[in-house]
Amino acid sequence: MTATYNSGNAILQLTVRNHPGVMSHICGLFARRSYNMEAILCLPLADRRYSQVWLLLDEDARLEQVMRQTQKLVDVIDVRRHDGAVDIFPRLRTVVGE
Amino acid sequence: MKYSGAQIVVKLLERQGIRMVAGIPGGASLPLYDALSSSSIRHILARHEQGAGFIAQGMARTEGRPAVCLASSGPGATNLLTAVADAKMDSIPLIAITGQVPTALIGTDAFQEADTFGLMLAITKHNWIVRSARELLEVIPAAFRIAMAGRPGPVAVDIPKDVQLEQIEVVQWPEPALIPAPPPLAVSELEQAAALLADAQRPVLMLGGGVVHAGCAAAIQSLAEQLELFTVATFMGLGAMPSTHRLFLGMLGMHGARYTNLVLEECDLLLAAGVRFDDRATGEAATFCRQARIIHIDIDASELHKIKSADVAINGDVAQAVAYLRAHCPSASRPSWRQRVTALRADYPLPIDEHAGEFTPYRLLSQIARLVPPDCVVVTDVGQHQMWTAQVYPFTRPRQWLSSGGLGTMGFGLPAAIGAALAQPQRTVVCISGDGSMLMNIQELDTLAEHGLNVKIVVLNNQHLGLVKQQQALFYGERYLGIRNRRAADLAAIARAMGIGGIDLQDCEHPLAALDRALATPGPVLINVPIDPEAMVFPMVPSGKANRDMILARPAAGGGA
Repeated sequence: MTATYNSGNAILQLTVRNHPGVMSHICGLFARRSYNMEAILCLPLADRRYSQVWLLLDEDARLEQVMRQTQKLVDVIDVRRHDGAVDIFPRLRTVVGE
Repeated sequence: MKYSGAQIVVKLLERQGIRMVAGIPGGASLPLYDALSSSSIRHILARHEQGAGFIAQGMARTEGRPAVCLASSGPGATNLLTAVADAKMDSIPLIAITGQVPTALIGTDAFQEADTFGLMLAITKHNWIVRSARELLEVIPAAFRIAMAGRPGPVAVDIPKDVQLEQIEVVQWPEPALIPAPPPLAVSELEQAAALLADAQRPVLMLGGGVVHAGCAAAIQSLAEQLELFTVATFMGLGAMPSTHRLFLGMLGMHGARYTNLVLEECDLLLAAGVRFDDRATGEAATFCRQARIIHIDIDASELHKIKSADVAINGDVAQAVAYLRAHCPSASRPSWRQRVTALRADYPLPIDEHAGEFTPYRLLSQIARLVPPDCVVVTDVGQHQMWTAQVYPFTRPRQWLSSGGLGTMGFGLPAAIGAALAQPQRTVVCISGDGSMLMNIQELDTLAEHGLNVKIVVLNNQHLGLVKQQQALFYGERYLGIRNRRAADLAAIARAMGIGGIDLQDCEHPLAALDRALATPGPVLINVPIDPEAMVFPMVPSGKANRDMILARPAAGGGA
């Protein structure tokens, strides 16, 4: 599958506490700081105490700032940036059927 | 022993050392009030939830410790929002506790239901909706810990009524929250900072609210003296160095004196401590201190490189960083820079008293400062009076200056002054306000009267929304709209009707003597002072322009932008 993402794309992987409100806190942060989020995927981990969130971002210049603001969220345990080799979003696209 | 959720909240507040809460009860918070009725905690009844929020802010800002406000669900919670958002912008540790409709009714559009969790989310450091009484044992201490941790800020806890009523067995109480240790400092960056300071020819120290929060004003003053650092303050940093200190150059930015901004134009090193490079301080960020290398110290890592890229970025407690620099930087003296600063100061002073007459704002403010104790608390509202006060008031200590900086909330002054007076009843509290701001939380005069606090309200009354009028005059071709109340309220009479002293200096034969008397008489009073509606705050940097582009006076009549 050939992904047609913008050059500014970056993928962040977040480990978060799995309880109500976490997604609101993440999406709220991105909305009010007008960070561009193209896609989001969230799955509880095996023990269900934590979830993993994958974000596809169209942010280049501000990526460091995005990561620092995200790290400040109380329910976010860990933020890491993934290199381009991760194909999670292209695979998701096949599920969506495009 | 069994406790209800409401009793757990109250017990945990007591254990945290909370002695007062400000609030207004309502249906969804009645269990909390029932539990409070048998507590040692004193409840301060506000007359509007926004007043409660700002009363708590007044306590938190004067004491440097978290303070609590309470509201019921729906309108109670929405009325709190402005005070919470204000606390977020100025990094004030505020704990907002709200009642919510019972869990089973959430999402049904029940009476007085609002999505408080969703509303508070955008304006707090963190917030919760609590699902069980058991959760409160974790959430309440966490609320205090997060409010105090690192860069302080507000938190909100929404508690459904059934959770307040739920009875559970409590065997052991959680420990009260402590301030978590700040992130460890990176020595390599401190070494770089010390090296830059040693090399600098024209360094300037910039103090922000973070210095006040860190409680290191005295230490940073010693550092400034040791290294001969001329020092500017942001709006939130006022009071961190005494205004009369020989190294102090006043507030920078949009309404800073010309010499202050010009010194920054020429500096070759900026040591920025606990600041966030707000646009009102920097003007056009790209040109701010354009000749300078920047050392930025902040406890909030996300502030580093956010607006200005720092040459050395130090993430951590400014008090610890200052202690390191004091220990590792040799004393320095910079005679040629001192000469240059002295010359700029003499050549480009603040344009004080361009308008004649007894009640020019600057003369009034310096008169007030002469008459009240030097350690008094100075609270303002938002507008021209606020900027004049920030420009010229002789501050002597940190936490003396309480004003809504980041959010700029008109109506802040009176309730914040009440909170300050409740927290530190031994001090005189002066509330400088304007006629526009005064009317935004005037109901709290009733709260002030109830408690008979030593709050002196001085209203600089120009019968206009002066700072808006100023912008319409300077930037919108004098096309005035929405700035004038054509039937000006008699504020002194309102004060008397609400049960406190009220005088109007325009009715007094000897206004200055009347001002003296009013300020010297213990107890609350409102002093209405008519001022020239044409008076403006200068200098003024137009929004988005560089700080060197200062407007110094009103253009000739008829000239607009």
